[in-house]
Amino acid sequence: MQGGVGGSESGSMSTVSREDNMVVSSEDSSCPDESELELGLGLSLGGFKMHQVSRGGHYARILTAKDFPSVISASSSPSSSSSSSSSSSSSSSSLSRANVTAGTKRTADSVAAANSSSQVVGWPPIRAYRMNSMVNQAKNQATEGFNSTMENHKSETSTVEKGTTGISSYQNSGNAKLRKSLFVKVNVDGIPIGRKVDMNAHESYEKLAKTLEDMFLKTTPNVNPAGSRDLELGMMNKLTRSSKLLDGSSDFVLTYEDKEGDWMLVGDVPWKMFLSSVKRLRIMRTSEATGLAPRLHERNCQRQRSKHI
Amino acid sequence: MAFSFPDEVLEHVFSFIQSDKDRNAVSMVCKSWYEIERWCRRKVFVGNCYAVSPRMVIRRFPEFRSIELKGKPHFADFNLVPDGWGGYVFPWIEEMAGAYPWLEEIRLKRMVVTDESLELIAKSFKNFKVLVLSSCEGFSTDGLAAIAASCKNLKELDLRDCEVDDLSAHWLSHFPETYTSLVSLNISCLGSDEVSFSALERLVGRCTNLKTLRLNRAVPLDKISNILRHAPQLVEFGTGTYTADVRPDVYSDLAGAFSSCKELKSLSGFWDVVPDYLPAIYPVCSKLTSLNLSYATIQSPDLIKLVSHCPNLQRLLVLDYIEDSGLEVLASSCKDLQELRVFPSDPFGAEPNVSLTEQGLVAVSLGCPKLQSVLYFCRRMSNEALVTIARNRPNFTRFRLCIIEPKTADYLTLEPLDVGFGAIVQYCKDLKRLSLSGLLTDRVFEYIGTYAKKLEMLSVAFAGDSDLGLHHVLSGCESLRKLEIRDCPFGDKALLANAAKLETMRSLWMSSCAVSFAACKLLGQKMPRLNVEVIDERGPPDSRPENCPVDKLYIYRSIAGPRCDMPPFVWTMDEDSGLRL
Repeated sequence: MQGGVGGSESGSMSTVSREDNMVVSSEDSSCPDESELELGLGLSLGGFKMHQVSRGGHYARILTAKDFPSVISASSSPSSSSSSSSSSSSSSSSLSRANVTAGTKRTADSVAAANSSSQVVGWPPIRAYRMNSMVNQAKNQATEGFNSTMENHKSETSTVEKGTTGISSYQNSGNAKLRKSLFVKVNVDGIPIGRKVDMNAHESYEKLAKTLEDMFLKTTPNVNPAGSRDLELGMMNKLTRSSKLLDGSSDFVLTYEDKEGDWMLVGDVPWKMFLSSVKRLRIMRTSEATGLAPRLHERNCQRQRSKHI
Repeated sequence: MAFSFPDEVLEHVFSFIQSDKDRNAVSMVCKSWYEIERWCRRKVFVGNCYAVSPRMVIRRFPEFRSIELKGKPHFADFNLVPDGWGGYVFPWIEEMAGAYPWLEEIRLKRMVVTDESLELIAKSFKNFKVLVLSSCEGFSTDGLAAIAASCKNLKELDLRDCEVDDLSAHWLSHFPETYTSLVSLNISCLGSDEVSFSALERLVGRCTNLKTLRLNRAVPLDKISNILRHAPQLVEFGTGTYTADVRPDVYSDLAGAFSSCKELKSLSGFWDVVPDYLPAIYPVCSKLTSLNLSYATIQSPDLIKLVSHCPNLQRLLVLDYIEDSGLEVLASSCKDLQELRVFPSDPFGAEPNVSLTEQGLVAVSLGCPKLQSVLYFCRRMSNEALVTIARNRPNFTRFRLCIIEPKTADYLTLEPLDVGFGAIVQYCKDLKRLSLSGLLTDRVFEYIGTYAKKLEMLSVAFAGDSDLGLHHVLSGCESLRKLEIRDCPFGDKALLANAAKLETMRSLWMSSCAVSFAACKLLGQKMPRLNVEVIDERGPPDSRPENCPVDKLYIYRSIAGPRCDMPPFVWTMDEDSGLRL
């Protein structure tokens, strides 16, 4: 018996079985009864119920990014029939499962957002450290204009083309399925441990601000892990009181460090331009952010000030 | 009989037993052996920092000198574990600082290390000798400065693959002028401007016992000659950036400097390589046993030339620029090769940018009789190739294959790769670690459960059809310690049915699978010696229906109970999980 209906099957076939699966899985997604669990705990596996399950075919088959070749977006395309069957409640949980299995970091709000469905975090499994080094190399090669690393290669033009392809695929994922993450560190004044946020999982400043607010605006601060600083609990409480980070109405302001090492207010340049120049983010107290006007001609003033930050 | 030998004799005998496994076995023979052993254990290994509390360790082993701790699960390397999950070392340092002024060695992997922790280490342990931080984060050069300034007997400072906040380039100058005991320094992870060259040169010059020096990318090529001349006794060396305008004087300096290092066995670094400068290392190539070119963006012809000069190579890390042709040369030149890692130069490209296929791996497995550890990224594979590899090289202990596109079938037959991986586990009877990829059904797990009896770590992604797959692994793999799974259709049944197995393992990671919140709660309730952690950034799991799958699940055995340092997006399922969250 052939194994699973993988991504290699043709579209219509797999659509039918997917819908079957969703029905099957919603029926079977109840809690396994106690007797099965006792079986396992007693380590006796004879006559185990598992075998019946397999004959049923694709029990509890998870829908992965490959099952949704088109984008799950607000304007649902007709070809992705699985996403359009969102009328029944079981399917909506399957839909959220599909989003979950896509694996990107999301806030509750952005689950239904128009992110590309085929974005997979952490694949291929290359350590973040290595990825960052490679990206930096690609950037260096671009800026140094393909220097003598390429000279020795016989067909120079083809090498240059190869190089370009390689670099552009780092910047704009050539393969729709495997999107490169762009993790930047976010630090909040007063909290020593920063978090990382995937910039490529957001499409706008609003989405980014929402994610950051969700990350740091928790109403139930936990015991501080790294030490016992009351300051931090106070910090957390303070953050819960403030509201939006972008419109100046909160105690905190969102800033970023760009490639030149300058600290700027977030929000003034087009999003894509921001993505290509942001190195890291910092949420600082509004009172400390004086002088961080994001006008280009004030860069020199900022360079002075950023030394004191 | 326990009375036949005096304690001192037993203690002396035990001192020859270094491995943790053996020590643990010794301690289980009888009560008196347990007692004697715990008093003379000098090295403690804790594979999961949450499996046990610092106080418990200190209580049982009152006189250890060296501790190794591991924190986050392995998939944290690929950004699957959200920041802030945990793995803080500070509580451990705090407890040990109080109990042990004589601690000498700390080795940490995937832990969060703050400057406060480093400062506490510097202050508390007068005879501190070894600090190895592997894939750690959370500290800055300020913490390093504290270590440099206070640890007069420091021998080893190794920061491999860490994320360090650069605040000041001058931390290195905090090593006092009188300090000369450095034996090993690995700062390859530091960003630019984090090292002062003159301080580095002076440090290297006065530490005449220095054997290992791994520089960071910021160190330019022309500085290397000076450094090497100050340390001709080096055994392991990592260059900085290996690029410069091609100038004869720089070249001859470099070549001369390398020639003066008669003991060099291992080279690494090689960022931004200019091929013209590569021959400078030829004088040392014949003695090299380890070569890390995994950041070297040089093409196959240059790689082939280099590799042909290294007949004694045992370990090679390289980018896929080496191509099948280069691997064939490797197979014929390096008969002592034991470990090979081939990384992708362009993992996100839609089309292959190099000619590296399954053939390269076949060639190496055919030609290198001692090959036992492989990590190989490629874009296509066939069952036929895997069977050939398995038959040729039954001595694999680590086999990690990553076919870049998920669920890629056998490119010749379009079938799943079950049979190929099945052959690997069948022929390689000592296989300890396996990573799967490509199109795989439940059948591959049946093979694994049947044959992989020595398997300790299994990594699975985008594979399987049903819970049966997971059940095969959990019920069949007797030596399994670590299982990590992502994006597979495994749900509640196999997990709950094999709940007892989980207590025999260090940990299980499942993300983007189909395990329901209800099952997690049940597991937490029934298995008090397991910590069942649900990691979900969408919000509390009880805000969704119980049959909704959780985003990420991390289960590990522990005698310390649920931890208290969890961030808001982690919940532990325990006896009361039905009642509170």
